[in-house]
Amino acid sequence: MRWEPVIGLEVHLQLATVSKIFSGSPTTFGAAPNTQASAVDLAMPGTLPVLNEKAVRFAVMFGLGIGARIGKRSVFDRKNYFYPDLPKGYQISQFEAPIVGQGSFEILLEDGAVRTIGITRAHLEEDAGKSLHEDFHGQTGIDLNRAGTPLLEIVSEPEIRSAAEAVAYLKALHSLVTYLGISDGNMSEGSMRCDVNISLRPAGSDTLGTRAEIKNVNSFRFVEKAIRHEIARQADILDDGGKVVQETRLYDPEKDETRPMRSKEVANDYRYFPEPDLLPVVLDDAYIEAIRSNLPELPADKRRRFTAQYGLSEYDANVLSDSRALADYYEAVAAGCGNAKIAANWVQVELLGQLNRDEQTIGNSPVAAADLAGLIRRILDQSISGKIAKQVFEAMWRGEGTADEVIEARGLRQESDSGALEAIVDQVIAEHAAQVQQYLEAEEAKRRKLVGFFVGQVMKLSGGQANPQMVNELLAKKLV
Amino acid sequence: MLDNFIPPYDATVIQRFKSAGAVLLGKTNLDEFAMGSSTESSFYGPTFNPWNTSLVPGGSSGGSAAAVAGLLAPAATGTDTGGSIRQPAAFCGVTGLKPTYGRVSRMGMVAFASSLDQAGPMAHTAQDCALLLNAMAGYDPLDSTSSPEAVEDYCHRLREPLNGLRIGLPREYFGDGLDAATGECIRVALRELEAQGAELVEVSLPHSTLTIPTYYIIAPAEASTNLSRFDGVRYGYRCEDPVDLHDLYTRTRQQGFGDEVKRRTLVGTYALSAGYYDAYYRKAQQVRRLIKQDFLDCFEKVDILAGPTTPGPAFPLGAKSNDPIAMYLEDVYTLAVNLAGLPGMSVPAGFVDGKPVGLQLIGRHFDEARLLNVAHQFQQSTDWHLRVPESAMGGRQ
Repeated sequence: MRWEPVIGLEVHLQLATVSKIFSGSPTTFGAAPNTQASAVDLAMPGTLPVLNEKAVRFAVMFGLGIGARIGKRSVFDRKNYFYPDLPKGYQISQFEAPIVGQGSFEILLEDGAVRTIGITRAHLEEDAGKSLHEDFHGQTGIDLNRAGTPLLEIVSEPEIRSAAEAVAYLKALHSLVTYLGISDGNMSEGSMRCDVNISLRPAGSDTLGTRAEIKNVNSFRFVEKAIRHEIARQADILDDGGKVVQETRLYDPEKDETRPMRSKEVANDYRYFPEPDLLPVVLDDAYIEAIRSNLPELPADKRRRFTAQYGLSEYDANVLSDSRALADYYEAVAAGCGNAKIAANWVQVELLGQLNRDEQTIGNSPVAAADLAGLIRRILDQSISGKIAKQVFEAMWRGEGTADEVIEARGLRQESDSGALEAIVDQVIAEHAAQVQQYLEAEEAKRRKLVGFFVGQVMKLSGGQANPQMVNELLAKKLV
Repeated sequence: MLDNFIPPYDATVIQRFKSAGAVLLGKTNLDEFAMGSSTESSFYGPTFNPWNTSLVPGGSSGGSAAAVAGLLAPAATGTDTGGSIRQPAAFCGVTGLKPTYGRVSRMGMVAFASSLDQAGPMAHTAQDCALLLNAMAGYDPLDSTSSPEAVEDYCHRLREPLNGLRIGLPREYFGDGLDAATGECIRVALRELEAQGAELVEVSLPHSTLTIPTYYIIAPAEASTNLSRFDGVRYGYRCEDPVDLHDLYTRTRQQGFGDEVKRRTLVGTYALSAGYYDAYYRKAQQVRRLIKQDFLDCFEKVDILAGPTTPGPAFPLGAKSNDPIAMYLEDVYTLAVNLAGLPGMSVPAGFVDGKPVGLQLIGRHFDEARLLNVAHQFQQSTDWHLRVPESAMGGRQ
């Protein structure tokens, strides 16, 4: 039987607010345990939540970014369960009336195809603290720094059909939320955590199979591997005539497998009810429209503009619009050098290559956009060849100065003085009479190969600074 | 559960009193987590009624009421979720005010039922209550349910005459459950108000019979989750040598909570459970709206409502402590005021066999000044509020 996977993702996105969603404590990552937990975060008796307006604003920005209906009257609810890292014994979340309703956004698949994935809803809630099981000699440590960090839980429709699509969805989501500036999207710090709902059905069927939920998968790569593993596991069960059990599973990256969580942890009745300590959040049109009018250009729009305005391929446009910082960088280079296509090549190949090698982000690039544009201008005005430009770029990367400074300091300006070049060409021809003879006797097709020898010799004599185009022209003229 | 717990911060009400120059003498006894009508469920044992130490002082703010009645303090604060200021005020012969929901910040009050809780003043006179409320009331950015509605000077209107005031007497508050002698005290008190120019009008609160069941769904439901934080993890009582997490939770809460708290936690958890939520909690919220509407309808016709605070005077210690239903019936006239979010007062209005009786006044939302005005005018021509129990005479010299 051929099985079709039906996948829905729930992403918990940490919002990039300065303070927590219901208290004034800071949200900075990596502080010493329990140094960012106030009386409210510790659920001291008598403390009350106060909603952070920035979290609401960020949620509305997300909703508008996916063309969703914004909940004009959203309600916070208590989700009740006991756990040591949940200080109040309930999580303040949204259940019946979320702040963001149905919407959708585009994902770009590896083959260049574009798919639209529906978003069921997105709601605001608070994060729990962390339970630390190591280093406590059989006891559990509790760190409440993270407790109360604002989360936007984004629930997709079950419209994803493969591990690759799931990754494309997450990448597109990551790109969208970082464009909006509502999250740092840092997966290694837990800013974007993913639960995967997955079931199989016979290809072509309309009914849904029994699903399993894989909790807390925290990187693109693990999402892909966990889904592949889970599809294979469920297909094995179904192929053998068995039934998939509806359960919550955990992905173990070390063993590359999913396994069930203990049933005690999942058999919860959360007893949702409206949070009486908070009023419903009522948003008027003016508030929503003010946010809409300040939205930045979003990835899909930027991608389309890059192909139309700069004549880039879909692939290039997609790479260069991946993050707002990269797109801004690229546009600055393109404007600064006046050639969008060469700018696209340099940014993608040299710049991204170096950033990857050094494990740096675009924000930390040692070569500023204006300086890269300056380098490209020297290629365009034929001051240096593309090959020399790479050397110059590496020097710039090491902090040796601007393109002009490096070219000047190292004397890399290419020789375009035709008189000087002609002298070198003549010298090469005079010193290699045998090769000249061979060249003149060769057939046309072979000559092209042989001319490379003379170009190489000229380059050697000129210290790599001869303008290759001019060398070729001179040789063509003289080798007769 | 919170024995020896010292809060790391001050409640907004306490901060306001401190900045107004008040001298705080100490904490008073109350029913455990404010759940009770007699102060007998306190972890520290019962408080006695200064008028007769074989009687309860009422509850849950029984310690506050007894401290004021017994002249240990000129004034006290209480919290009122279903009558916990007004009922002990009535039992101890003092004046107590539960403000409109949202008038006084709840920040720092141990939450019982978040949508019903209000803090208020208890003192001998309405005038003292007005002074106290001036210090307590106002918007608090740390309590999202506190009201931005402007605060007036509650002393300003105390001296207004009652001419033309329309007082509604809810038929349902003078029915079968009311002790005859208590009822007579109330009628005498109402005639006094009439003599001052007020007009008495019979009105009806048709959904009154639903008050107790509605309250005993909503209050325990909210309480059951408000009390989840008392889990032995961060502060408060923790059981000895827990073997695992489940053991820590169950034994901590089993040993740390008293019977009444456990009873309400269980009821509330049940009411919110999957499959029961719609039948209980959601339904109770719908009925709550009807109850509130009853009051709003009355206030179309009258300025305030008046009736007994309690069905009878203080009862002996132990008389109802093993009968939760009988105890719940103590609050039959006070609960609806919390469900509707209205301000309510209890004013000393006489004695039955040496036991104080309280007259309850109920006002429109944010009309505390009117209630205090009526109570103050009543206290200009009566002296019930000035009577002092014999047990406190020593303290007076």
